[in-house]
Amino acid sequence: MTDERVSGAGSTGAGFAVLWVAIKREPAVFTISTIGSLLFGALTVADAWVLGWSTDHVVLPAFRDGEIGGGLLWAVLGLFLGVAILRAVGIVARRLGAGVMQYRMQARSRRAVTRQYLSLPMEWHQKHPTGELLSNANSDVEAAWGPIAPLPMAVGTVAMMVIAVVQMLFADLVLAVVGLLVFPLVIATNVIYQRLAQGWATRAQQLRGELSEIAHESFDGAMVVKTLGREPEETARFRAKAEELRETNIRVGRIRAAFDPTLAALPNIAVLIVLVLGVHRVLSGATVAGDVVTVTYLLTVVSFPIRSIGWLLGEFPRSVVGYRRVDAVLRASGAMPYGEATAPVSGDGARLDVSGLAYGYHADRPLLRDLSFTVEPGRTVALVGATASGKSTLTNLLTRLVDVDAGAIRVDGLDVRELARGELARVLSVVPQTAFLFDDTVRGNITLGADVPDEEVWEALRTAQADGFVAALSDGLDTRLGERGTSLSGGQRQRISLARALVRRPRLLVLDDATSAVDPEVEARILAGLRSEDRDATLVVVAYRKATIGLADEVLFLSDGAIVDRGPHDELVGRNDDYARLVNAYEAEHEGVTS
Amino acid sequence: MTMMDTGEDIGGWETIRRGISHSPELKEGIRTTLALAVLASAGQVVVPIAVQQTVDRGLRGSGGPDATFTTWLALAAAAAIVLTSWASYAMTARLFSTSERGLATLRVKAFRHVHDLPLLTQNTERRGALVARVTSDVDQVSQFLVFGGLLFVVSIGQILVATVLMIVYSWQLALVVWICFAPLFLSLRYFQRKLSIAYATVRRQVGILLSAISEPVVGAAVVRSYAVEARTQERIDAAVLAHQAASTRAQGFTAFSFSLGGISAGLANAGVLIVGIWLGQGRLWSDDISAGEVLAFAFIVTLFVGPVQFGTQVLTDAQNAIAGWRRVIGILDTPADLVDPGPSGQTLPAGALDVAFEGVGFAYPGGPPVLRDIDLTIPAGRRVAVVGETGSGKSTLAKLLTRLMDPTDGRVLLDGVDLREVAETSLRSSVVLVPQEGFLFDDTLAANARYGRLGATDDEILAAAADLGLGDWLAGLPDGLATRVGQRGESLSAGERQLVALLRAQLADPDLLVLDEATSAVDPELETRIGRALERLMSGRTSVTIAHRLSTAEAADEVVVVDHGRIVQRGPHAALVQEDGSVYAGLHASWVAQRG
Ligand SMILES: Nc1ncnc2c1ncn2[C@@H]1O[C@H](COP(=O)(O)OP(=O)(O)OP(=O)(O)O)[C@@H](O)[C@H]1O
Ligand SMILES: Nc1ncnc2c1ncn2[C@@H]1O[C@H](COP(=O)(O)OP(=O)(O)OP(=O)(O)O)[C@@H](O)[C@H]1O
Ligand SMILES: [Mg+2]
Ligand SMILES: [Mg+2]
Repeated sequence: MTDERVSGAGSTGAGFAVLWVAIKREPAVFTISTIGSLLFGALTVADAWVLGWSTDHVVLPAFRDGEIGGGLLWAVLGLFLGVAILRAVGIVARRLGAGVMQYRMQARSRRAVTRQYLSLPMEWHQKHPTGELLSNANSDVEAAWGPIAPLPMAVGTVAMMVIAVVQMLFADLVLAVVGLLVFPLVIATNVIYQRLAQGWATRAQQLRGELSEIAHESFDGAMVVKTLGREPEETARFRAKAEELRETNIRVGRIRAAFDPTLAALPNIAVLIVLVLGVHRVLSGATVAGDVVTVTYLLTVVSFPIRSIGWLLGEFPRSVVGYRRVDAVLRASGAMPYGEATAPVSGDGARLDVSGLAYGYHADRPLLRDLSFTVEPGRTVALVGATASGKSTLTNLLTRLVDVDAGAIRVDGLDVRELARGELARVLSVVPQTAFLFDDTVRGNITLGADVPDEEVWEALRTAQADGFVAALSDGLDTRLGERGTSLSGGQRQRISLARALVRRPRLLVLDDATSAVDPEVEARILAGLRSEDRDATLVVVAYRKATIGLADEVLFLSDGAIVDRGPHDELVGRNDDYARLVNAYEAEHEGVTS
Repeated sequence: MTMMDTGEDIGGWETIRRGISHSPELKEGIRTTLALAVLASAGQVVVPIAVQQTVDRGLRGSGGPDATFTTWLALAAAAAIVLTSWASYAMTARLFSTSERGLATLRVKAFRHVHDLPLLTQNTERRGALVARVTSDVDQVSQFLVFGGLLFVVSIGQILVATVLMIVYSWQLALVVWICFAPLFLSLRYFQRKLSIAYATVRRQVGILLSAISEPVVGAAVVRSYAVEARTQERIDAAVLAHQAASTRAQGFTAFSFSLGGISAGLANAGVLIVGIWLGQGRLWSDDISAGEVLAFAFIVTLFVGPVQFGTQVLTDAQNAIAGWRRVIGILDTPADLVDPGPSGQTLPAGALDVAFEGVGFAYPGGPPVLRDIDLTIPAGRRVAVVGETGSGKSTLAKLLTRLMDPTDGRVLLDGVDLREVAETSLRSSVVLVPQEGFLFDDTLAANARYGRLGATDDEILAAAADLGLGDWLAGLPDGLATRVGQRGESLSAGERQLVALLRAQLADPDLLVLDEATSAVDPELETRIGRALERLMSGRTSVTIAHRLSTAEAADEVVVVDHGRIVQRGPHAALVQEDGSVYAGLHASWVAQRG
């Protein structure tokens, strides 16, 4: 949406550019609120006129003549009330209009920014803490569209200002020109203000983001903080940032505190100068007293628009920073490109081809080098490797959470990068190593919004050995699990996560150590369930336990970033010492204990 | 257990009063600031007076235009403007300073209180909403404190002065004005209530919005790999739109209540003129009032209307601020039911601790009992393994043992002292839990390890790692201790995250170590190596280890088998396997089968 880039050295230009974006988006609402503002201005003038009219036609005659028609009194009441009601309409139009516009723009930015969160790659997410993203979507968006609130008022009063200036010029040119010197001063004041405030405002928004980051992380890790008794240190960390934000806000505040009264004082000083000069001009016969009074009066009229424009300009530094911070997210590139291809969803297991795959988190340090293997449809392959050997990285590559640096991953002969968005997920499901559950019902967590009949949900739960405890929950499938599934035990969470994959009946199922928190008995049953299910899905399992490995037709042994050996388990144990040592560690231990 | 207090039923004045008492800075130098505010508002009359004086005496004076008088008058007025502008600056700057300082204090207090709340209470509010409470909810208050709060007092003063002035001119007309404004004043309460609800909804929606955003951001991998972006976006959009609707609604009330003031003003103007005429005609009270006085009165009314308008505006802003404020105060109002006994708390002795569960039962709030009749004693220095089916209550047991929760029945004793009587600091330094779901902070590996022991030097960390048999692993990391672990530790592998958590616990050097599946993601070779290291390190400590891999149980002094919330078996491994048909025998059989 907001693809306009706001540029400009000072924030004044950029501030107007931000507003222009909003006006272009919401011309109708903007017009209504501006008309409301003009109505308000006009009726404020009308109020004075009504008072004048009532004085001349009602009050003075009434006192002079002692008698007055009831009709005229009603007219007074009617006029005053009419003007007041119309003015109230103006106020509502202006304020509500500004509100509608502001909240619409906020909502737009929030939707755009979150859409971007959902489409940016994992690499981007790893560099941007959750708390900061929250701040972008909340505080920055709010800051960006802050000036919309005073906008209609400012625009409405511009008309007032123009009329007053023209009248002034007609009254006495010299005095008017002197009086109008106030404008360059207003501009100078604004330039100085924007210069001074911009840096601090930028810092303040940044600090808000950082504060939100600390808060989010600290609350996320609350259990660790508590178990280690680190509350004081966490508080100190938060306090340090909160104090930095406080100092910055105080600085911004001080600059702002000087700006408003300065702007208010300028026209007042101008009035005084005009008065002094006016008296001299009257003395020299260049003008008449009435014109002096008119010019001073008009200058005081001008002072209100100047103040209200000041309120608008005052918001600019924060607005520009907020807009830029949001814009940076919207402009972040690297969203994954998708192809057009669709994947066949029915039929037996998919064929998986990995050829020449290379990947590294750091350009100079490849983690996986030249990996090639094929898994024939319906076969089960166990991926075995030591801690940190890159197994999860490989599963992430398989689901295209990240893209390979070199080589290719093909499913049924199609490069995963050629598949259209969402297609891969219809073929392949991954059960991640760490289960992630949503604050949703059991059903919602399993179907993820897809239209799946309950029988299928139960069936998946049965295979994952989760039917028992789910049935015992108070509301069964409708039980809410709390954020990240806090109301379940670790193993229960894993099994829900497993059921989530199973219910999709994927043609290629990848289990990344997905039964680590499940006790042996249950794991044995789950594995049996997976095997007996007459689905011919292709299965890739990351595992250490020999029972799991035993289920596989073939084992891929990952070490030093490459598949160093492959074949049936029994053969590998015989010929590869590293492999044998890794998988037989428990027996070795057992021997050690019993001997 | 207590739910997180929303603060929504704290009254408006109550909120302000309590808010101020939580942030004493807000009261600092308030008299001076108020004096400055009065001075600043007096600035509004400088120019009108100067103009009027110039016109009357400078221009139309009896002796013709008087340049000298005008010049001196202008200079005096200029000085007055400079003075009052300065007063305005000084007042605002002071308000910024006191309110920012006060709010920073409040923020930090609330943040700390969240950490002091029991685990289960923390879990009743989503992270995103908690973040909103210590960030944007607090920010909401500042605008009001700077541009509203104190100026409200000033405008009340102005209203009073104007009223007195009106009464001096004509008490009857003053009465008319007050009668015309009465509906506004009376309806104010109604609108305040409406606004209060409307803004409370807005703040609540902000919390919901942030939660809706944070969840899929944290779970981005799942959202991505299951291609549920569309549905996720729908949920976020719903929250965004709900927030938009709530804000617009609140704005509607604001605009409407503000416009009422204008109508009252119109009514008052008409009323003054009409009643003024009647008074002049002697129709009401026999009072003589002149046309000039009636007109002068009409001008005084504007002195009354201005502050009234401003005051209603401030009251509106106040509702917005209060809505944020009370959510922060709500946190502070949430009682920490796990009360730290404070100074009267007992300190645990150094050295291995003995553990006793006496008739312990536990049920999560609103749920069925999860643990029942747990009686268990573990002599100091013993290594105990806890095994049992998924969901049988092992982690719950661990959480009771480390006092993350208090039992619903019975008590847990360490060294004969009820955990509820142990001082929090003593407890946390003697007892360490490595939870099932470890959490790392987005910092370096060393910094994460130091959560175990503050100020541990790099050498100490390396030594601890070597003790655990992790020296090779650490040496193999390109950046070593300086490796950045990423958010939640996600730049490390799952196994590595557990290694860091262990390292942390090792550095903490506890007397009672509770490991809940602490090595579940570590490869068997490394796990057995760590297991052996731990065995060595456990001497002189009591340890409770929960594990699914029965290798741990085989090596323990004693095994405790939990089944459906009860302890069904206990004893050394060798003895338990012998008990045919027992839970443990079953678990072991499948373990052996798996081992292949
Ligand atoms: N996002 C990341 N940024 C940088 N490095 C990473 C990132 N994710 C993983 N790594 C590193 O890549 C290596 C492999 O990690 P990966 O998670 O693939 O291991 P794994 O084989 O799954 O291990 P485990 O058995 O512990 O789950 C590790 O050294 C890890 O530190
Ligand atoms: N915060 C909670 N609120 C409600 N119920 C909970 C909560 N945490 C756990 N439970 C329930 O309590 C029971 C015991 O859970 P616990 O985490 O102690 O099991 P566990 O033995 O550690 O299992 P696992 O081996 O899977 O980790 C489970 O049925 C679980 O659903
Ligand atoms: Mg892994
Ligand atoms: Mg557990």
